[in-house]
Amino acid sequence: MKFGVVVFPGTWSDRDCGWVVDQVLGHELTYLWHKDTDLGGCDCVILPGGFAYGDYLRTGAIARFAPIMEKVGEFADRGGLVWGICNGFQVLCEAGLLPGALIRNASLEFRCEWTNLLVERTDLPFTAKCGERDVLRVPIAHGEGSYFADPATLSRIEQRGQVVFRYCDADGRVVPSANPNGSLHNIAGVINTRGNVLGMMPHPERCSEAELGGTDGLKLFRSVAENAFKVLVS
Amino acid sequence: MSIKSVDERRLREVALTPDEYRVIVEQLKRAPNEVELGMLGVLWSEHCSYKSSKALLRRLPSTGPGVVQGPGENAGAVEIGQGWSVVFKIESHNHPSAIEPYQGAATGVGGIIRDVIAMGARPVALLDSLRFGPLPESRHHFEGVVAGVGGYGNCIGIPTVGGEVFFEDCYASNPLVNAMCVGLVRTDHLMRARAEGAGNSLMLVGADTGRDGIHGASFASVELDEKRSERRPAVQVGNPFLEKCLLEACMDLSHTDAVVAIQDLGAAGLTSAVAECAGRVDGAGARIDVSRVPRREREMTAYDVMLSESQERMLVVVRRGREREVETIFQAWDLTSAVIGEVTDDGQLTVFDGDDQVARVPVRLLTDGVPMRRLVGLPPEPPYGLEVDALPPLADVGATLLRLLASPNLASRRGVFRRYDHMVGDSTVVAPGGDAAVLRVKGTRLGIAVTTDGNGRYCHLDPHLGAQLAVAEAARNIVATGARPLAVTDCLNFANPDRPEVYWELEEAISGLAYACRMLEVPVVSGNVSLYNDSGGESGIYPTPVVGMVGVMDDYGKRLGAGLRAEGDFVLMIGSSHNDLGGSEYLKVEHGHVAGRPPGLDLTRERAVHRLILSAAQSGYLHSAHDCAEGGMLVALAEACLLGGLGVRCPAMRPEPPLRLDAAFFGESSSRFIVSVPSRAMPEMQSLARRHNVELSLLGLAGGDIIEFEGQMKVSLSDLRTAWESLIT
Repeated sequence: MKFGVVVFPGTWSDRDCGWVVDQVLGHELTYLWHKDTDLGGCDCVILPGGFAYGDYLRTGAIARFAPIMEKVGEFADRGGLVWGICNGFQVLCEAGLLPGALIRNASLEFRCEWTNLLVERTDLPFTAKCGERDVLRVPIAHGEGSYFADPATLSRIEQRGQVVFRYCDADGRVVPSANPNGSLHNIAGVINTRGNVLGMMPHPERCSEAELGGTDGLKLFRSVAENAFKVLVS
Repeated sequence: MSIKSVDERRLREVALTPDEYRVIVEQLKRAPNEVELGMLGVLWSEHCSYKSSKALLRRLPSTGPGVVQGPGENAGAVEIGQGWSVVFKIESHNHPSAIEPYQGAATGVGGIIRDVIAMGARPVALLDSLRFGPLPESRHHFEGVVAGVGGYGNCIGIPTVGGEVFFEDCYASNPLVNAMCVGLVRTDHLMRARAEGAGNSLMLVGADTGRDGIHGASFASVELDEKRSERRPAVQVGNPFLEKCLLEACMDLSHTDAVVAIQDLGAAGLTSAVAECAGRVDGAGARIDVSRVPRREREMTAYDVMLSESQERMLVVVRRGREREVETIFQAWDLTSAVIGEVTDDGQLTVFDGDDQVARVPVRLLTDGVPMRRLVGLPPEPPYGLEVDALPPLADVGATLLRLLASPNLASRRGVFRRYDHMVGDSTVVAPGGDAAVLRVKGTRLGIAVTTDGNGRYCHLDPHLGAQLAVAEAARNIVATGARPLAVTDCLNFANPDRPEVYWELEEAISGLAYACRMLEVPVVSGNVSLYNDSGGESGIYPTPVVGMVGVMDDYGKRLGAGLRAEGDFVLMIGSSHNDLGGSEYLKVEHGHVAGRPPGLDLTRERAVHRLILSAAQSGYLHSAHDCAEGGMLVALAEACLLGGLGVRCPAMRPEPPLRLDAAFFGESSSRFIVSVPSRAMPEMQSLARRHNVELSLLGLAGGDIIEFEGQMKVSLSDLRTAWESLIT
């Protein structure tokens, strides 16, 4: 299993994601430079957290024009696994690979804290190792992570079951007080209709070792590592 | 060649005195031209030259077994084992933050990060020690600075894991923003910013140069006046994205041998960077051509280019012939780089603008030529006696605790540090909110503990003792995590030293720091002095020395948190309590006084307590450890409960006379910890305490969801939490 971690200028979770893939899981790892035009034969592309190109215009707005993104789009079209985390989620929305957008947190402040995520889909390569309605404890760190979509899009993704993670309390209740950023319907992560492109604001790579406060993130990495072979890349 | 030949207004503009000008003329044997005067003005400013404090700073111990780099470089460095060194420094950005809180704080963070990068180290943590006037009046400063610290640190992707926030009237016009950066480097890859090798190239990399920040260093060396808004152009604007690229490019660079040295461009910009780099090598000089400096504005003069404090720039000394390799690395990160000159062996800093020579000044004159100022210190009226016996007895323990927990200086800082990314890097193994934060060194079992501490109120009441208490408390924070204190970086924030009582405070505080650092064997390896924290005649800030400390543990698996961990654990007080109410939060919050003498400190006892805690931590006897600091025993106990989500039940507190009940609960006696111990480890813990000759007393048993002292107080954790989190809006 080979993971490719994309590095834009301003990306900073690249090394953290790489650490989990390489040192914690022992899988093959390659970093994909934003100027590259080749995915180096990887089975899953991770778009990690950071402030790609400084995010000065709008989060992810410039990154989607990077040369590597054309290849990521083609890879996704062929059914390849693409996983956007935090800034990566923002980039995928800007690139049109996922529906909706991420806007400024309702608090208007950056938030770095632990959240609870209700897993609503376990039939995906990203969540196969999670149990039905599992609650995962995963930290967030963003200023613009409030999920937004127009009413038609929102009801469409809800109907099609594209919401993978929702912010919830420790008991799995999806309540307003558990929503750290004002996301519509407490949405923390969504998948495309084909089921191969996942975007999520929380950081699973920050909770994949006990010493960092939790290992729930590892469930997602393991899911990918052990289920990717089931994904058909045409 | 007299003082007449230069306009006095011009001298004031570059913040030079007529006497200093005379020295310049004598040394150059001619009058300096405009550019030279500007260059000398910034480098001879207090901010760059330390002309009022240098003699005193020599008192600080700066060597020790692990020290691989002491003061004088971009940052200090200390070995932590297994081939690793930790590199760190703290620096103030007070004046800019007073005027433009967001950018002042942001560029303070950016500057200190570059200091660590210049040593070849990868920055792994940031800390910020902040002081403001009271809320709500100072909300503008507070919000702006916190947003600026987060804005820079979060974007560049270095975790902000610690620091302090205090509110006190004296900081209303002069907030303090001290930023500390900690980096890691393989000891054999540690770099030094020395301009070695005549003929080697000087390359300027990173951001283009603009007119921003001209005279920033000079402006930081005078009192803020009522025209402070006119000083806004002296505050720079930060670009953390660009610095992230610069950081990665410099990391790539330090792995090649094409590079001799990297130097940060900070205060006094290019002038200072070139002069400092050359000044560290005997006889070295430099020749630069400002016309080759990439610019972001048109029609900049040589003067502008030499004095610009544009951010996110580095000077790189490159082996002759290897410039292309360096350029390629920066190109990969879409960064500009340009050869702007070369190292010489004539000891002169010569500046050309194309073919015209516009300045030529001996490097030594720039870096060491400024006459040291001999200031006089006079102790002020001995302050503020406190008749402890005249204080009314403690009426309601629980209500007092709730008020203290809700007071601005003791309330939870979660509302602040959740605005900082404190997790990026996957290394934060003890998060902010307790004592020190702990980061693991990936690929090893080593952990480094980091903290900042300083209590301006104590220093105001007794600068010598207050400075010692700052060192002791920083060390306690480190020890509470199970780490050994290693070394210190200090940031000395004072008012106008031309006032004899302020200079006396500076002398006393430095002596206190020196004494405590010697006694606790923590050398001071880097630091910064910020003077003139006054505004237009108003009384200045409290003397506020801030101590940044780094510690190390061999196995981070043995780290301790501050929060209680298990039901049924014994909760113990380590150390002894006295009637130490002077300068306490209790006295301020409950009685409205800042008075008395700060808590006494016996550094030999302090060391004994540290040894006990470290030995118990090493043996695995402890489940948690928390330093007793501001707010005293009961506030520390409440914090341990709140952080652990566990209550504690205690028998009534019956202090032995002459210890008062209020002092037992809220006195701030030093050298104390609250620890929790599983019952099976109690016998060992007791004999260990006896062996170290340290007092140990049982407070109560962990468990439940209330804090109770039988018959004296009983408050639920949820009420305590509501009070404690009152600052979170």
